[in-house]
Amino acid sequence: MERIYIFKRFERIWHWTQALLIIGMMATGFEIHGSYTLLGFARATTVHTTAAWALIALWVFAIFWHFTTGEWRQYIPTTENLTAMIRYYLTGIFSNAPHPFRQTQLRKHNPLQRLAYLGVKLFINPLIWASGLAYLYYNEINAAGYAIGLGSIALVHSIAAFLMLTFFIVHIYFATTGHTWSSHIKAMVTGWEEVEGDARSVP
Amino acid sequence: MKIRHLVLLAGFALASALPAGAAPAKLNTTADHSKFKELQQEFASGPEVTKACLGCHTEAASQVHRTKHWNWEFLNPANQQRLGKKNVINNFCISVPSNYAFCTSCHIGYGWKDGNFDFAAQENVDCLVCHDTTGAYKKLPGLAGHPPYKDTEVLPGSGKIVKATDLAKVAQKVGKTSRDTCGACHFFGGGGDGVKHGDMDSSLASPDKELDVHMDATGLDFTCGTCHKAASHDVAGSRYTPVARDTGGAHIRGKEDDSNPATCQSCHGETPHKKGEAAKLNDHTNVVACQTCHIPKIARGGVATKMSWDWSTAGQLSPEGKPLLKKDDKGRVIYDSKKGDFTLGENVEPEYMWFNGDITYTLLGDKVDKTDGITHINKVGGSATDGRSLIWPMKVFRGAQPYDPVNKTLVTPHTAGNDDTAYWKNFGWEKAIATGMKASGAPFSGQVDFIKTDMSWPITHMVAPKEAALGCADCHSRDGRLAKVGGVYIPGRDHDPLIDLIGWLMAGGALAGVIGHGALRLVRRKD
Repeated sequence: MERIYIFKRFERIWHWTQALLIIGMMATGFEIHGSYTLLGFARATTVHTTAAWALIALWVFAIFWHFTTGEWRQYIPTTENLTAMIRYYLTGIFSNAPHPFRQTQLRKHNPLQRLAYLGVKLFINPLIWASGLAYLYYNEINAAGYAIGLGSIALVHSIAAFLMLTFFIVHIYFATTGHTWSSHIKAMVTGWEEVEGDARSVP
Repeated sequence: MKIRHLVLLAGFALASALPAGAAPAKLNTTADHSKFKELQQEFASGPEVTKACLGCHTEAASQVHRTKHWNWEFLNPANQQRLGKKNVINNFCISVPSNYAFCTSCHIGYGWKDGNFDFAAQENVDCLVCHDTTGAYKKLPGLAGHPPYKDTEVLPGSGKIVKATDLAKVAQKVGKTSRDTCGACHFFGGGGDGVKHGDMDSSLASPDKELDVHMDATGLDFTCGTCHKAASHDVAGSRYTPVARDTGGAHIRGKEDDSNPATCQSCHGETPHKKGEAAKLNDHTNVVACQTCHIPKIARGGVATKMSWDWSTAGQLSPEGKPLLKKDDKGRVIYDSKKGDFTLGENVEPEYMWFNGDITYTLLGDKVDKTDGITHINKVGGSATDGRSLIWPMKVFRGAQPYDPVNKTLVTPHTAGNDDTAYWKNFGWEKAIATGMKASGAPFSGQVDFIKTDMSWPITHMVAPKEAALGCADCHSRDGRLAKVGGVYIPGRDHDPLIDLIGWLMAGGALAGVIGHGALRLVRRKD
């Protein structure tokens, strides 16, 4: 057994703040959507809008951090070991087969994670961000002569929200697939990940 | 409230304790009419008073002569319909011609008892009905616009005596119009207190802030004329050509602006909500009329408004042949042999619809058909896309009224009168309608049937304090106030069912998948 320092302090603060904001925004967002009543429409919109600005600010910091530290490279997609990872989650994981991926500080994410996070960062987030801002500034956009219906904006925003919800569910589950049920989660809290000492690469 | 009353009482006590001959109350005009020799005489009739008025106010009568208040006629420039009280048919008391002597108790003139009224006579203008400040000037139904000049029984046999009007006293105390003078007619439209409008009744004579923030008698104390500003006796604001969407901004002194000064926007502009959370409300003002949120309910002052009127059940008589009167548990009339069945409402939620200010009436002679469903007495125009509409609150008044099934027209029955054909005396539709249609100069087949009608009344009075305005969720919810209003996407109300289905299936599928995967891991775990 070996412990390696994977997640730096900013990364952890970023992750958990983002988690809190996204959970809050999903809860209030689906309320605004009319799916249920929780805080009431007025408070839900206030919370949702405030959280949106906080998240945007956080993203600005995170983007800056990724580029200044070079950490953005962690999300460059790769097909290396991809099929092995898929095979591991489909079969190996049930028979205590060794994990096909060995985490290092330079390779924090397995190839499936890389793809999933890249998808979130390059597709879901921009979709939510753009449609959400359009939702907020719908009147100004139309006043400026761009006739976009609020219905279309809301449609895109809700599609993005469903994608985020789905990612969220799967993401939480995969947090339990580390060396132990809780090792990934501990790592996200403390920064230190326990890895199997005798990990070996599987072609 | 109690404290307020105490203060008022104390005020009265002080005032009455003042020694006689103390300085008179400060006038807000430069003329004390009681000092005018011309008014210090016995007047035998209203027109005599008017002649005295015109001695100084030389142009007043000719100004009045040019108004709807005088002519009861209005040519709608948008569609060339000839409207005005003289011409339109409604689903309350139906129509004016053949009932002039009764209806014209709300005319600002004297002597309009039939179709031969002299509209050019200056002395026929009734100055006092609008400028009375005493409250002692009352025009009675049946007197063709005259107040009683001798002690008069309001309705023959009622035993209710109204004293002869002291015209000199009223004339010496004339002043500006007030909620009371406008209200003397406008609060009682449709034949009784609050009957017609829903947002106007006698409770507005001295309202508190809860009922109307502007007219609040101990607050801003607006009169009708504060908004419905008149110049040359022409009162601003119209029910025939209302301004549904005023984008002209607030009126400013020195800036030439002949747009309607009675709209909310003419004072408040289009972005009246303060910065902060409320600022988002400004994003609503191009879709929703101010009135929609700020008049959450109508008939809030304790006076019920009529919501429906079924003329088809009129005429039921007691075994002794006497007209009947049925009342509900609050003592309000819900059946009257003269008029049929009513329903009434207090604190009524209005209905909502797109409205652009275009109103098309169904007039006498227009074809109506029972098989069309409901005939719209007035059809309000509007849509989400015409750029002129906002979502407005309306009182929609529903009813059934007599019509001619052969000629397929609405009819103008002769209801009020002490003669052989008036419906309210004889309870025979054929004769009453024959007389009425003759007075209207319209053909009548002799056949009578009843047709369902509705009439929409844009709501604009009884503006509640902002704390009592509608909240977000009143409309932003699946089954809210605007549930039936189309053409606009309302978050919380609207959603794409297909996207929602796919979305929930996707998220639910993911959840089921990971639960299955986790369960399998648990089962297969080897230690």
